[in-house]
Amino acid sequence: MTVVPASMPPLLEIRSLEVTFRTETGDVVPVRGVDLCVEEGRTTALVGESGSGKSVTSLAVMGLLPRPFGRISGGAILFKRRAGDVVDLASVGQEGIRTLRGNEIAMIFQEPMTSLNPVMTIGEQITEQVRLHMALDGSTAMRRAIEMLSLVEIPDAVNRATEYPHQLSGGMRQRVMIALAMSCNPRLLIADEPTTALDVTIQAQILALIERLRKEHGMGVLFITHNLGVVAEIADSVSVMYAGEVVETAGVSEIFREPRHPYTGALIDCLPVRAQRGADGRRVVKAIPGTVASAVSAPGCKFEPRCTRAAEACAAAHPILEPVGLDHQVRCIRWSEP
Amino acid sequence: MSKAPLLELRGLTKHFGKAPKLVHAVEDVSFAVRRGEVLGLVGESGSGKSTIGRLALRALDPTAGSVRFEGEPIEHLSQRALRPLRRRMQMVFQDPYASLNPRLRVSSIIGEALDAHGLAPGAARAPRIAALLEMVGLQAEHASRFPHEFSGGQRQRIGIARALAVEPDLIVADEPVSALDVSVQAQIVNLLQDLRHRLGLAILFISHDLDVIELVCDRIVVLYLGRVMEIGTAEAICRTPQHPYTQALLAASPRPDPDRPRERRLLQGDIPSPLTPPSGCVFRTRCPLASTECSASVPPLRDLGGNHRVACIRDTAQIDRPTYPQHGER
Repeated sequence: MTVVPASMPPLLEIRSLEVTFRTETGDVVPVRGVDLCVEEGRTTALVGESGSGKSVTSLAVMGLLPRPFGRISGGAILFKRRAGDVVDLASVGQEGIRTLRGNEIAMIFQEPMTSLNPVMTIGEQITEQVRLHMALDGSTAMRRAIEMLSLVEIPDAVNRATEYPHQLSGGMRQRVMIALAMSCNPRLLIADEPTTALDVTIQAQILALIERLRKEHGMGVLFITHNLGVVAEIADSVSVMYAGEVVETAGVSEIFREPRHPYTGALIDCLPVRAQRGADGRRVVKAIPGTVASAVSAPGCKFEPRCTRAAEACAAAHPILEPVGLDHQVRCIRWSEP
Repeated sequence: MSKAPLLELRGLTKHFGKAPKLVHAVEDVSFAVRRGEVLGLVGESGSGKSTIGRLALRALDPTAGSVRFEGEPIEHLSQRALRPLRRRMQMVFQDPYASLNPRLRVSSIIGEALDAHGLAPGAARAPRIAALLEMVGLQAEHASRFPHEFSGGQRQRIGIARALAVEPDLIVADEPVSALDVSVQAQIVNLLQDLRHRLGLAILFISHDLDVIELVCDRIVVLYLGRVMEIGTAEAICRTPQHPYTQALLAASPRPDPDRPRERRLLQGDIPSPLTPPSGCVFRTRCPLASTECSASVPPLRDLGGNHRVACIRDTAQIDRPTYPQHGER
C-alpha cells in the first residue's frame, strides 16, 4: 500500500484577499484579488507600480491596516505557525496576530528612520523587542542585541549599540531594522521596498544580507518592490500586481523569459535596458501608454484600457487567475493566443 | 556660431559651511557640454551631482573655478547681467509635486516663464501655451487645470513645457524620472529624447540610475564624493569602464536578468563623509584595488584616447576588468 503524503502547506498562502477602506466618499477597495504563496526558506517578490496595492497587502498580513477605516473584507491569509498548525490571519483578531507579529512574522520598511525610535539607542530598541517576545533578563537581552548587530554585519557592534539612529547612515539604519526584525528568529520576513531609499552600492549590500539570512535561518521572505532588477536579483517566485490584483505568478526565470500577461511583458519591455533601436537609429523604450489605473470597479480586466492586445471580451468580464503551467498563473483571457 | 562649448566647467569647486564643518561638495570638476549634446552626471548620494547642476545655472555661486557659457565666464556676473542668459538655460526638477505651484493653473505656470522674458505677449500667449502643451504630449485644454488634477508623469510634462517655454539651449534635468513609476518613466525618457532631437537641446542629465543615463546620454561623467572619477562616451563607460568605482557601480546595479549569477564582489562600507574626505583618491577607502600610493595625491584625469579619461593611478591593464554582457541591448 502506498501512502500519499498530504501536501505540505506553504508558510504563507494568501487566497482571494480583499481589503476595504471606508472613506468620506464611500468605500474603496485597494486590494480585491490577491493570491500568492511564500514557501519556507524561499523568496516571493510582489511587484507592482504605485497604487497597485502591494503595500496594503503586506499591511493586511501584518494586521497593521489603519483602524478603524481599513479592514480585510474577504479572502484568507493562511500562515503556518512554528508549532506546525495553520492559522488564518484574516480572522484571528488583533490579539491572535499580536502573538505572531515581531515573533514569527517580522517586517522591514522602506525608510528606516521613520520606523526607528529617535530617542532610544539602537541597543535599547533591540533589547526592548527581545525582552517583550523572548522573556530575557536585561543583560542577556543586551548580549542578544549585540549579537544581532553583529549578525547584520554592523562593525564595532558593542559601541554602535549605544548610538542613536540619527548617528547612522541610511544603509546602517536599514541593517538595524533587519537586526530588529531578526531578533526573534521570524519564520516569515516581509520586506516592503527595503532598498528603495538606498544608493545602489548599499542596496547590493542589503540584498546580499537578506539573502544570507534567508539561507542561514531558513525563513521565507515576501519582498515587495517596484524594481524588476531587484526582483531578478532576489526572488525565487514572482507575483505581479496591477490595480489591486495579482495578474501573474510564476518562477523568476519564467516570468522574465515567458511573461504571459500583457502587463508583465510591457513592464519588462519598458525598462531602459530593453530599449530598441528604431528606424532612425535612436534607442527608444517601449512605454506603456496612459497612467496606472486605480483599483476601480470596472467590470472587465483592469489593464484593458492600456493593453495593446485588448479585445472586446476583455472589457466585458473580469478574468480569473488561471493556471497556465506548473506554478504559473495568469489573469488574462487571451494568454494562450499568439 | 562660436566654437566654444555651450557650457564649460573649469576647476569648479563648492564648499558649504565653515571649518570644522566644511562640506566639500564639489572639488575641482571640469567638463564641457557641447551644443545639442546630452551629458550624464551619475553618482550616488553625496557625489555632488545636484550641486554641479545648480552651479552650472548659477543658482549657486562656486567657491572656486569657472562656469562658462559659450566661452564667456559667468561666475562673476550679477543677477541682472545673468538675466538674458537665464532664458537660455532652464531646469527640470525631480519632484513634479513640489516644483509646480499648486495655486496656479497650468496656463499661469507656463505663462509666468513667458512673462519673465517678455515672450509671446497678448494674443500670442494662449496659442503659445497650447503649442507647448502639445509639444510635451498634453492637450491645449489642460491649460485651465490645476497641478493636482494631473498624475506624476503629466506633471513632469508640465515642468518640461515650462522649461521649454523660453526656448532654451541648455536644460539641466535633475533626476527628472526618478520619482516616476517605471511605465511612466519610459514615457518621459522617450519625450526627452524626442525633444532633444527636434529642438537640438543640450541637456545636463543628472541621475543615479546608470540604465537611464546610458540610454539617454551621449557622454557620461562618473562622480564620487565631489570628484570626477571617469569621463567617456556612454558606450565606453558602460561597456569598458576603467575606474574601479565605475565598475563597482555597474556591478551593483540590479539587472532584470534572473539568470545572471547572483554572487558578486560587493563594495564594502559606506560613502565617507564629505566633511572629511579621504586624502589622495577619495575612493580609496572602498576600493578593492587600493594601495598605499593611492593616499599620496589626488590622481589626475588621464586621457586613455577617444576622449575617455579616468582618475586612477593604476595602469588600466592591471585593473581586473569584468565584462558586462547583460548591460543594455546595444
